[in-house]
Amino acid sequence: MVKVDYYIILSAILFITGALGVLVRRNPLIIFMSVELMLNAANLAFVAFANMHNNLDGQIFVFFVMTVAAAEVAVGLALIVQIFKAKHSINVDDINSLKG
Amino acid sequence: MTIDLLLFLTLALVAVATALGMVTSKNTVYSALFLVLNFATVAVFYILLGAPFIAMSQITVYAGAIMVLFLFVIMLLGTERLNSANILPWQRPLAIILAVILTVEAGYLLIFKSNPTAMVNAPDASINTIGSLQSLGMALFTDYLLPFEATSILLLVAMVGAIILSKQDKNEKGGAK
Repeated sequence: MVKVDYYIILSAILFITGALGVLVRRNPLIIFMSVELMLNAANLAFVAFANMHNNLDGQIFVFFVMTVAAAEVAVGLALIVQIFKAKHSINVDDINSLKG
Repeated sequence: MTIDLLLFLTLALVAVATALGMVTSKNTVYSALFLVLNFATVAVFYILLGAPFIAMSQITVYAGAIMVLFLFVIMLLGTERLNSANILPWQRPLAIILAVILTVEAGYLLIFKSNPTAMVNAPDASINTIGSLQSLGMALFTDYLLPFEATSILLLVAMVGAIILSKQDKNEKGGAK
């Protein structure tokens, strides 16, 4: 049998990988994908705990996290496209002024 | 070593490898495809944990909708390769130090605060019946009705926001094509 701990450890590893990606990479698209990875790691922990406690509330929370992720991606990618049109660069170190 | 532990370890290896590949890949398209594979393995974990409907939502919403949106934007901008002019040289070592600290914290919590006897309940035959989905829907539309409606408003706001952001400004002279 698989212990619940193993799922939590895997979730922690995925979350740390995502956090490292956010901190190291300078491409906003990769940063977004790393954020998605972190959200996914949290979802995995939610479902593992829902299984452990025999309770559906954890699974319901995963739905809400997915909705928030979809909304975040839709707005974030629209912002990236607009920034690219204004600056012709999407390196996050170049985006250091509020006026385009 | 039982068969489900073997299955878990294999899938965990794939998940961690694809996550690392996503973070380290130079080409953004490869990163996106690594992430699709990662989402697929996480969907299999959801099935192993007895949440088949979540797994299907994961495939359709994440691997389907969100990653296609990512790939569209990557190809629209033509930024498959971004030369990484590192303006802040201390950033990478600092990030690695912070990640190590986070790992130590997580390891501490997992070793000293965990419940080592808890086992995953293997999904039985009832998990694929209509009853499992029915109870999920009941919980969603009774106890969690208000958050559910709030997410619908959130999605509406996100949709309007995305349309406003990508709308061409008519008064802008020349108009960026």
